[in-house]
Amino acid sequence: MALQNIWFLLWGLLWAIYFITDGFDLGIGSLYPFLGKSDADKRTMINAMGPVWDGNQVWLLTAGGVTFAAFPLVYAVMFSSLYTALMLILFALIIRGVSFEFRHKIDDPKWTKIWDTCIFVGSVLPAILFGVAFANIFRGIPFDQEGVYQGTLLTLLNPYGLLGGLLFLLLFLQHGSLWLSVRSQGPIHDRAVKTANGIWPVLLVVAVVFLIATKFATGLYDNYLAHPVLFVIVLLAVAGLFGAKVFLSRKEIFKAWVASAVTIIGCTFFGVVGLFPNLFPSSIDPAYSLTAHNASSSPLTLKIMLFVALFFVPLVLAYQIWSYQLFKDKIRTEDMMY
Amino acid sequence: MDALLLSRFQFAATTMFHFLFVPLTLGLSIIVAYMETKYIRTGDKTYLDMTKFWAKLFLINFAVGVVTGITLEFQFGTNWSRYSAYVGDIFGSLLAIEATASFFLESTLIGVWIFGWNKLSKKAHAAVMWLVALGSHLSAVWILVANAWMQSPVGYTIREGRAELTDFAAVVTQKFAVVKIIHTISSAMVLGAFFIMGISAYHLLKKNNVDFFNRSFKTGLGFAVVFSLVVFIMGDLNGVVVGEKQPAKLAAMESLWETQKAAPVYLFAWPDEENGRNTIEIGPIPGALSLLVKHDFNAEIKGLNDFPKEEHPPVLITSFAFKGMVGLGTVFILLSIAGLFLKDKLVNTPLYLKIMVAAIPLPYLAIQLGWLVTEIGRQPWIVYGLMKTAEADSPIAASQVGISLAAFIIVYGLLGLAGFYLIARKAIQGPDMDGDDNGHGAIGQPLKTA
Repeated sequence: MALQNIWFLLWGLLWAIYFITDGFDLGIGSLYPFLGKSDADKRTMINAMGPVWDGNQVWLLTAGGVTFAAFPLVYAVMFSSLYTALMLILFALIIRGVSFEFRHKIDDPKWTKIWDTCIFVGSVLPAILFGVAFANIFRGIPFDQEGVYQGTLLTLLNPYGLLGGLLFLLLFLQHGSLWLSVRSQGPIHDRAVKTANGIWPVLLVVAVVFLIATKFATGLYDNYLAHPVLFVIVLLAVAGLFGAKVFLSRKEIFKAWVASAVTIIGCTFFGVVGLFPNLFPSSIDPAYSLTAHNASSSPLTLKIMLFVALFFVPLVLAYQIWSYQLFKDKIRTEDMMY
Repeated sequence: MDALLLSRFQFAATTMFHFLFVPLTLGLSIIVAYMETKYIRTGDKTYLDMTKFWAKLFLINFAVGVVTGITLEFQFGTNWSRYSAYVGDIFGSLLAIEATASFFLESTLIGVWIFGWNKLSKKAHAAVMWLVALGSHLSAVWILVANAWMQSPVGYTIREGRAELTDFAAVVTQKFAVVKIIHTISSAMVLGAFFIMGISAYHLLKKNNVDFFNRSFKTGLGFAVVFSLVVFIMGDLNGVVVGEKQPAKLAAMESLWETQKAAPVYLFAWPDEENGRNTIEIGPIPGALSLLVKHDFNAEIKGLNDFPKEEHPPVLITSFAFKGMVGLGTVFILLSIAGLFLKDKLVNTPLYLKIMVAAIPLPYLAIQLGWLVTEIGRQPWIVYGLMKTAEADSPIAASQVGISLAAFIIVYGLLGLAGFYLIARKAIQGPDMDGDDNGHGAIGQPLKTA
């Protein structure tokens, strides 16, 4: 049914927007101890995402909320199956979020150190775990007919899952270092550019390995082979990746960041389109898999939610773009609020 | 302990913790926006200083409130998957609307407000704060609509083994939701007002920045007077709706065991849940309960003994939490009215000021008690009359939940300590009267590393 397919795509889109927006926050946080040599550097890094990180994070809640609203059965089985992984992500995001606000409130190195650690752990852990979780979804999750998960956290840490974690981390590191380059100046800017340049070849290699491993670990390519036109999505991701490099070498950093965002959209949709119509495939028996068609809400709910989404998502995008526009300049010390 | 019980503890702990911070966010967002508007209207710089000082406390609180809310949305999936699958068609959409239509507004614009002092005109900056307040309140509205549906499910039909939406308008506009929304939002205003009055009282006792804190106190007082009355009136209406939709909860709130006409309210009653009676009953006011709930002195109220025992909510907690909440609500009205008489001689009435400092935690307590009544009083149902809590949990290992529960207690405990410590510290430090127009020294820390 058309409505369910639209919601499937919207579901993928919301995850993609979350990864583009909060992705650079997670990237900057993961680079925090390495690029933040001085306190001024650290403040620059925090303030580079300061005005927008909170709004960015809401895309995660929206992606989760929409899963609940449009595909309640997926929401129920996915999050109870991935219980520990999801809890780790949530705890990480919690300690990251308060750190921005708490860190500068008391002028004591021990206090600052606590929140510095929280910013790093709170960023690097979700960056990796989102990748692990999605790679495992691509691969199929061992859950039975009743939606009961037959594994542990360790089940998720298989080679393909870990490869997914590494890929996500690198995508976000590149995305974050580019955003930091956009918004900073001086030595920290130079270090961020250098980092982006350094990460790029590693990302390229890991992305290629991931594409190959996907052939063996998942059934994602079935949809692509059935409809070769879909390979355009892979091309999009590749174009974004090379675009980022080209713009970076021309010192057009903002464009490089946009290209990096395109890579992330491409990667997300590569998985989402390959999954279709599965949202949460079972590795025990494909018959248990939860799909856009057997796990969706009623047509009335899907319709109401579609109106909500078509009205509010563009509105949210509009005022978020306005806020990005407002804070697009290089940060000066007097602009730092955190 | 089994996974069900652990999940219940976890949900209770995380929601109650989250709701230590949400009411202050709701209440202060409005009061801070009001102060900033006053500044623009009058040009009086004290209002700017007030905006910045109270916003500083607001923002610390806001941060903890936001991050602790993240887990709640996901816990329905992680810990209550059978519930989510059964009612997601309705309940899930309300949560999704909350995120899309309101949480975005609040979270995006708070960043604009914090960083926007130099980027926006004064009017636009104040307007942004009003929009933050709007976003926070709309969030509360959607969450309360969702909660009201758990209390009183409407607008649905059971199809293919789950509840499916049939009438969205009925879900959003039902009386239970409307009354609960006004009651809860007003209680948040009372909490915000008492927070401001209490901290102001502390400084007035020490004669710090007397003009600043006199004005702050009076600003809080205005809100306290109005909303302590609104809370009480809406609380009474809430009781009527509960009597109509959740008669077992009502009976538990009042420790009423036998069905009777002219049912009394007891000033104090100690329920004996085993034997279906009260061990101690003091000060019955005959007919008071009938009058309150049915607006008829002689109306018949159903007692708990006429409900199957397995459908009794825990009576002791429900009734004590209810009586505590009502008692505190009365105290807030009395303290607010006393404030009206004393407001022009606050520094000369140290006793009142001391009481107001001591009263800071009371609205927090009242609000927590209110949620205990609402949620424990709904037991054994997760959706009243439709689904039992025991049928709602996820098929997951108790050990998993045990570990996450322990982690929540530790992490939230530390965060709560750090958060309240920072709020108290900044509150005691008082306003930075040298703060300049762009917000430094008030919102952000002045940079030492420039």
